[in-house]
Amino acid sequence: MALLELKNISKRFGGLQALTRVSMELDEGVIASLIGPNGAGKTTLFNTLTGLYRPDEGEILFQNRSLLGLKPEQITGAGISRTFQNIRLFSHMSVLENVLVGRHARLKTNLADILISSKRFHTQENDARRKAQELIELTGLSGREHEWAQQLSYGEQRRLEIARALAAEPQLLLLDEPTAGMNSSEARSLMALFKELVGRHVKAILLIEHNMRVVMGISDCVHVLDYGEKIAEGHPDQVRQDPRVIEAYLGPGSWIERAQG
Amino acid sequence: MMASLAPLGLCAYIAASCLLAFYFPQSVLAFLLVEASLLLLYYMPVAARVKIFLGALVLLVLVPFLGSVNGYYLEVAIQIGIYVALALGLNIVVGFVGLLNLGFVAFYAIGAYLWAVFGSPQANAFIAGGLFPLSANWFFAFLLLSIVVGALTGVLLGLPVLRVRGDYLAVVTLGFAEVVRALVNNLDKPINLTNGPRGISPISKPPLFFQPVLEFLGLQIPVAKLYPLYFYFLVLLMVFVIILVTRRLENSRVGRAWKAIREDEIAASAMGVPVVRMKLLGFAVGASFACAVGVLFAAKQVFINPESFTFMESIGVLAMVILGGMGSIPGAVLGATGVTILNLQLLKGLSLWLNGLRQSGAELVIPLVGSYPLSQLPAQFEPAKYERMVFGLILILMMIFRPQGILPPRQGSGK
Repeated sequence: MALLELKNISKRFGGLQALTRVSMELDEGVIASLIGPNGAGKTTLFNTLTGLYRPDEGEILFQNRSLLGLKPEQITGAGISRTFQNIRLFSHMSVLENVLVGRHARLKTNLADILISSKRFHTQENDARRKAQELIELTGLSGREHEWAQQLSYGEQRRLEIARALAAEPQLLLLDEPTAGMNSSEARSLMALFKELVGRHVKAILLIEHNMRVVMGISDCVHVLDYGEKIAEGHPDQVRQDPRVIEAYLGPGSWIERAQG
Repeated sequence: MMASLAPLGLCAYIAASCLLAFYFPQSVLAFLLVEASLLLLYYMPVAARVKIFLGALVLLVLVPFLGSVNGYYLEVAIQIGIYVALALGLNIVVGFVGLLNLGFVAFYAIGAYLWAVFGSPQANAFIAGGLFPLSANWFFAFLLLSIVVGALTGVLLGLPVLRVRGDYLAVVTLGFAEVVRALVNNLDKPINLTNGPRGISPISKPPLFFQPVLEFLGLQIPVAKLYPLYFYFLVLLMVFVIILVTRRLENSRVGRAWKAIREDEIAASAMGVPVVRMKLLGFAVGASFACAVGVLFAAKQVFINPESFTFMESIGVLAMVILGGMGSIPGAVLGATGVTILNLQLLKGLSLWLNGLRQSGAELVIPLVGSYPLSQLPAQFEPAKYERMVFGLILILMMIFRPQGILPPRQGSGK
């Protein structure tokens, strides 16, 4: 059974057709990549999946349940969480607080619990802090808990975003260019982390990535988008040789011809 | 060595400032020194237990005592308390949730009129039976009611308004406050609900339920002196409760959700924070604080009219929050205290001093230029008259040199 199923998703912005009947399936235990040239619609697909945009057509099934019409926070509650291409941390909150916000949907304390500072509040809060601490360690941010997120380096901020997304205890983790701006050793350690996550913390990962070494190194399956359409899918080696993919990246014929035209 | 000297020094300072204020009951400066002791307490590196003890000593014993010597001190302290409570309420909306609210005074007005209408003969104008004014015992019931009413009006305003963002929201809240003021000003016909611009009086004061205890203890305090003390302790209690509630909310998933919305709304919703519901909650909590303070204000003033709830009040409270440091509880307290002291004591004290100079007939001697008789100083030269100008200057200087406020939220304060 597929964890996530997209059926003929289309999305238009005015005259721009951002996605055209995109379908894909994602199985449990898999790391899948979404690649394509700039402007191919990868982030749009993520935004559609997480409820920021509503598709014009098509169906999204997550664990056989439709996600259409759900608000972003409901989709997070259902078990999908994400990171952002242009880092969107809560800059003036501590690292720990950032991760704790990720746990919002998993905390069941109500207003009365908080105001009377009930036992339930304390057990849940301590529990949340312990789990947040584990994630901070997992992403290698130990010792930085009480610093503001904006103090972290670029690479650390990317890892904090991952910790924050994991705090929501997702089944499916969506990563939007997680290794952007990282050097190769940082990227390698992140790849090792992703492999560790699948099966232990999440059921599957879908990532958008431009770094082909990362894509080819860890993906079980690659989906290629171009101009909002899905042009290929399959094992990395297969996709690498697909003429349509080469054309999408390098243009029809040779790129010299294109430059002259 | 430092650690052992600091508490001693603090005690000495508090004792000295109190003695000064006691022997010079007219001196503004002396009372300012007493007030500054609380600020010192906050900054001094002493144990939390010592801080709490000394703070309680100043607030619960010394200030009321000095206040019974000079009633004006108590009046200032009550005003400070009221503005601190308002600033804490607005701090939730502006500082935590990050929504600019330029009409916060509307909730304050609603609370004040809630008690003013039913705690005075005013309600007889539209409810037959001569039941009003309600007896003083209803005061506390209305205090609780005002929390509910405040929360409801907060949600009612929030529902349509929270779809607009940033500048638009500020304008809508501003409009809301003007609507409330216009309603209060004009609802004296066809049915006289608010008595319009003439205002409402006399408004019942809270019940003296502790009178028997005082008699039992043999304390004979005249009512005229008792009420200010009573209001002082009520305001203090209210501020204490508000700080407690705000702190608990701040360190819970609610407070974290608020701050997350302030920092990045889209990321917050992607992390599972129900943005609209949390914003409404913030609006409701802030509004209910303001509403409760309003009830107390009406009871203290005995007379209220729409003039007390102008746009300038909203701006004043907002300035307190911004000066103190948005999103910080100590900041809101300090901002409100500082601005109130500035308005009620510093500028007024300065103006008294200048008046004194004028009447003494002294001359200002500027070498090489000549002398200028101070008695000819024009009346416009009275600080109370350009209070707003000084205030504006301070705001401008603050925004240039310390835009984050005096006590902004600190890193690592999230524990």
